[in-house]
Amino acid sequence: MNAAMSEASAPVPTPPDAALLARLRAGDGVAYEELVRVNSGRMLAVARRMLRCEAEAEDAVQEAFTQAYRALPRFEGHARVSTWLHRILVNACLIRLRKRKRHGETSLDELLPRFMDDGHRIDAGEPWPQDALAQLEAHEVRTAVRDAIDRLPERHRCVLLLRDIEGLSSEEVAEQLGIRADAVKMRLHRARQALRALLDPALAGRGTPCDE
Amino acid sequence: MITCRELIDFLDRYVDGVLPAPVAASFEDHLKVCPQCVDYLHSYRETIRLAGEAWCDDEVAFEDVPPALIDAILAVRGRAADESA
Repeated sequence: MNAAMSEASAPVPTPPDAALLARLRAGDGVAYEELVRVNSGRMLAVARRMLRCEAEAEDAVQEAFTQAYRALPRFEGHARVSTWLHRILVNACLIRLRKRKRHGETSLDELLPRFMDDGHRIDAGEPWPQDALAQLEAHEVRTAVRDAIDRLPERHRCVLLLRDIEGLSSEEVAEQLGIRADAVKMRLHRARQALRALLDPALAGRGTPCDE
Repeated sequence: MITCRELIDFLDRYVDGVLPAPVAASFEDHLKVCPQCVDYLHSYRETIRLAGEAWCDDEVAFEDVPPALIDAILAVRGRAADESA
């Protein structure tokens, strides 16, 4: 999650990673078990939220480990091992998402703000609480957010997941999706606005408003 | 002064702090006189934060990974060794 963001910026392998990599390349079975023990839970969580299907999520994790093991000789160690595995998994999940048929995907337009001719917003509502997670029931808020993200059209849900949840940069998302970074940024802005609109009924007018 | 539409259209860049200084200043001038956009800016930032924390209580420990999946992942190494033999 946000850890992936900080890991992505690490320029060189940390010593534990370098040692682990050396053992993996030497065919050390204990090192491989360690790799699985440290990373499999986190990877399954990522696959579950991307694919929303337990069987497919488990298949994607297995596939990612298979690809990673085969690619070990070519991995140069410029990123953390966990970051490298995460990228392989994200790619495996995206390939599966692309194969899915899209049925009745909703349009995002009705979730975007509307404006009068003079540029003023038409549908301004009640303010949100200053800190929804602290002021409301945090578990309920998180559930509402996850449900709302699931309601986004797939192409917007994907970009929002990869940027704001998995912590990839716009350039990394662009490379994974085969689109330009500018298109990623535009799609992300629209996805955030739509998510805001989907959360508005649950959060507007609740708790202490902000005085920013 | 910029309009609410212009502010919202470029809000991601304002939040990321990548707008040129004069443009960011015009955003701030607008925010001084438009409480609706102040609320929108807050809810936009809060949306990003809430999305980032949506799965914080949903971590999967190694012990909770289905044993059959662990077995399948561990078998990957054995298969690769067989293939290279």
